[in-house]
Amino acid sequence: MDFSLKIEEELFLQMIREFAEKEVKPLAAEIDELEKFPTELVNKMGKIGLMGIPVPVKYGGQGGTNQMYSMAVEELSRSCGTTGVVVSAHTSLCVAPILENGTEEQKMKYLPKLASGEWVGAFGLTEPGAGTDAALQQTVAVDAGDKWILNGTKIFITNAGFAHVYIVIAMTDKSQGTRGISAFIVERGTPGFSIGKEEKKLGIRGSSTCELIFENCEIPKENLLGKVGRGFGLAMKTLDGGRIGIAAQALGIAQGAMDETVKYTKERKQFGKAIAKFQNTQFQLADMETKVQASRLLVRHAAYKKDQGMPYSVDAAMAKLFAAETSMEVTTKAIQFHGGYGYTREYPVERMFRDAKITEIYEGTSEVQRMVISGNLLK
Amino acid sequence: MNKSEYKNVFVFAEQRNGEIQGVAFELLGKARDLAKDLQEEVYAILLGGKDVETKAQSLIAYGADKVIVATCEHLQEYTTEAYAQAITQIVTDYKPSIILLGATVIGRDLGPRLSARLTTGLTADCTRLEISEEKELLMTRPAFGGNLMATIVCSDHRPQMSTVRPGVMKSMEKDETRQGVIEKIKINFDESKFKVKIIETVKEQTSMVDITEAKVLLCGGRGIGTDQGFENLKDLAQLMNAEVAASRAIVDAGLIGHERQVGQTGKTVRPDLYIGFGISGAIQHMAGMEESEFIVAINKDRYAPIMQIADLGIVGDVKQIIPALSQRLKSIKK
Amino acid sequence: MKIVVCIKQVPDTTEVKLDPVTGTLIREGVPSIMNPDDKGGLELALELKDKYNAEVTVITMGPMQAEAVLREAFAMGADKAILLTDRKFAGADTLATSNALAGAIRTLEYDLVITGRQAIDGDTAQVGPQIAEHLDLPQVSYLQNLKYDGKKTFTIKKATEDGYQVVEVDSPCLVTVLATANEARYMTVRGIVEAFDKPVEVMGADKIDVDESKLGLKGSPTKVKKAFTKGVKSAGQVYEVDTEEAVGIIISKLKEKFII
Repeated sequence: MDFSLKIEEELFLQMIREFAEKEVKPLAAEIDELEKFPTELVNKMGKIGLMGIPVPVKYGGQGGTNQMYSMAVEELSRSCGTTGVVVSAHTSLCVAPILENGTEEQKMKYLPKLASGEWVGAFGLTEPGAGTDAALQQTVAVDAGDKWILNGTKIFITNAGFAHVYIVIAMTDKSQGTRGISAFIVERGTPGFSIGKEEKKLGIRGSSTCELIFENCEIPKENLLGKVGRGFGLAMKTLDGGRIGIAAQALGIAQGAMDETVKYTKERKQFGKAIAKFQNTQFQLADMETKVQASRLLVRHAAYKKDQGMPYSVDAAMAKLFAAETSMEVTTKAIQFHGGYGYTREYPVERMFRDAKITEIYEGTSEVQRMVISGNLLK
Repeated sequence: MNKSEYKNVFVFAEQRNGEIQGVAFELLGKARDLAKDLQEEVYAILLGGKDVETKAQSLIAYGADKVIVATCEHLQEYTTEAYAQAITQIVTDYKPSIILLGATVIGRDLGPRLSARLTTGLTADCTRLEISEEKELLMTRPAFGGNLMATIVCSDHRPQMSTVRPGVMKSMEKDETRQGVIEKIKINFDESKFKVKIIETVKEQTSMVDITEAKVLLCGGRGIGTDQGFENLKDLAQLMNAEVAASRAIVDAGLIGHERQVGQTGKTVRPDLYIGFGISGAIQHMAGMEESEFIVAINKDRYAPIMQIADLGIVGDVKQIIPALSQRLKSIKK
Repeated sequence: MKIVVCIKQVPDTTEVKLDPVTGTLIREGVPSIMNPDDKGGLELALELKDKYNAEVTVITMGPMQAEAVLREAFAMGADKAILLTDRKFAGADTLATSNALAGAIRTLEYDLVITGRQAIDGDTAQVGPQIAEHLDLPQVSYLQNLKYDGKKTFTIKKATEDGYQVVEVDSPCLVTVLATANEARYMTVRGIVEAFDKPVEVMGADKIDVDESKLGLKGSPTKVKKAFTKGVKSAGQVYEVDTEEAVGIIISKLKEKFII
């Protein structure tokens, strides 16, 4: 078993760490405080290829691996959870399904602009009545000959306010159940398509989360993504990939909290010595670090399998489940170590704690991940 | 090469705008020590426009036995090629055993060009120069970021060349009664090699501060944090009649100009009192301040490297200590 | 336009720590990086590539591991890379290093040779001007900014002790660049992916026309007679007290030293 990184991955890590440290970290508090979508960062990331890592060069991408992509999300999230999810949702939930299911025309039309960061991507599956039970789609798409007509509402859509391209899942034939669901590419500005209210959130506050509203929204026939009736499978497969991204985000947030905690416990003194000198601190830190490293191995393993073309759905679920719960645990303990200061915005662990929570919820709750893992076990 | 032909200790007396730079006097002070051990003489090389001739006497007052003066329009303002040609000619004619240059922008431009032209060794940024029993120049300089010291010799080539940073050596007391010889020479230039044309030379205001001259230096590091932290430090400096300096991190962050940077890539300082605020003490930084008379370090981290060399260490938060110090000083002054 | 940029792999000296007991350097785990001033030089070359379609060749002298900085340069946008490596180069001081590098550059076509001002592991600032002398090129050191007229002339702003100077020089010439001259670009993801597919030309002493007596230890006029650590200065008193008490201690010290 070879656990070493490839030489290009080593070099990539060097680059992304420097970028996150210099460009992302200084903005993280402001992005959170002002609920500001990191448009400037998206431009910068686009320039150096971070918005299209696993996209082949012929589609304007970088020809990188999913491993690099997951490292990017991890390192960005280590500084700023919002920036991590912006890249993750864009790449995993919009770029990837087009790349994996799109026609050559669709790929040529959308991927170059998405991969360069000129356009941001989003993905619309969740509805008020269709959360974990995603098959209960109320949004409908009707075949009107030369076009599709969409009606319905999507909620909690990451990147919604700043995206240009949306992958939208809708029912095309209710009688067929999950086999009557299809996927579409919808562009911003399409008549009948509007962005609804923006959510006020606990964490990842800069990542514009809004409703998508379709009112007799007419989209061209050629914007069907994949085949009619295959949208549910496409959505599930998309989420498998997305889970690697969110697992990496959770891991990055946890690592960021570790960094802060290690530093703080060495500086903070109580009873005449640094709190790092107390065995209680040392043992807890050891447990935290072990879980973070275990998360990293799960994330890398899932990304590796995806890169190898092996089935990775269960691996991605395990990675996301473990990394998300580790992230929550580590950030909670990080605040405890910081004491009263940790509860204030003077220290970044407060933000990290809030950012971590969502990783147990979106792109499949921890319960959904357990269903996936046990389902595979008991089939 | 017949080494015995090469004699005497030469100092390149750098002038800018006709003003001889302090480092030249410092080098003369060192050159005297070396010449004494060698039982040789100290020569100063003074290149410039017509106006510098009057300055030659001051070089004697600071320790030169002989001043070689070349003045002409090509030497008025420093250019690499004209100066390299002039000194090459002087070396050929006078055969010095040692040449010392200031490790200034000019010295560091000229020195290596000369060493390549003369095919001899050059040791940069020496902190100690002495003569060995074999009458060789022992040149000691910091290496590898400042902690490792290396003593370097140039055994088989002459002249032995080294540069020394301003503030490292001490000049002797000015002695107006010293006697010496001023020798004017003419340089035969190959003007076809003059390829760099000066369009303009601009002096900037910020350069007025010289932290190497400060008796009390308050030095801010990463622990200072923000703009506000630095403003507080400046207030404190004013109350103490001190100068403000900074570590590289702060300079890189743009909070203060490079001319106030202490350390390997900044300036070497040796004030009577150095106080480091939130300075952890990277090797590079310490290389530039460890010769200070008295060092106070204030840092959150008990184990910061600077604590190892501090005469007085305070473990604490500079963000609180700086304003509190200012407050106390104000009340004392009242 | 053809540009040659000399870059060096150096230990990140800001990461070097001292053993507090022995006073020796802890070299383990110190990452190797592209020397910051050299990176500024490479950025300058890449900007000229962006504007004038210049061809950028990077060259480094060092052990085989120094290839890493050449890959990094590829990932930033360099076109060609040369690794100058040979046992005969070992032990070189700045003059012998400049002989080898100048020898390699002589085998290339160039309009502009760029080096960093100095390397952070040696801080000598000598190799650039020495290469210029060997190649008989005019030099401009401490470059802050460069403008090219698109034909032959460079207008260069260079740092001086107390301000700056603007000079003009025609190609070919050599400049030494400050890390602060520009903000070096990041490697791109695609650049990283492709960096390892590009060829690095490995040059030994036999590939350059320089007499062996001018290379390596043999060609070095300066020799290290001894190297030593400064050792640990005995630390003074350290106080862990609250702010008020700390202020008191400092004030009494200031009084003792007649500062106030």
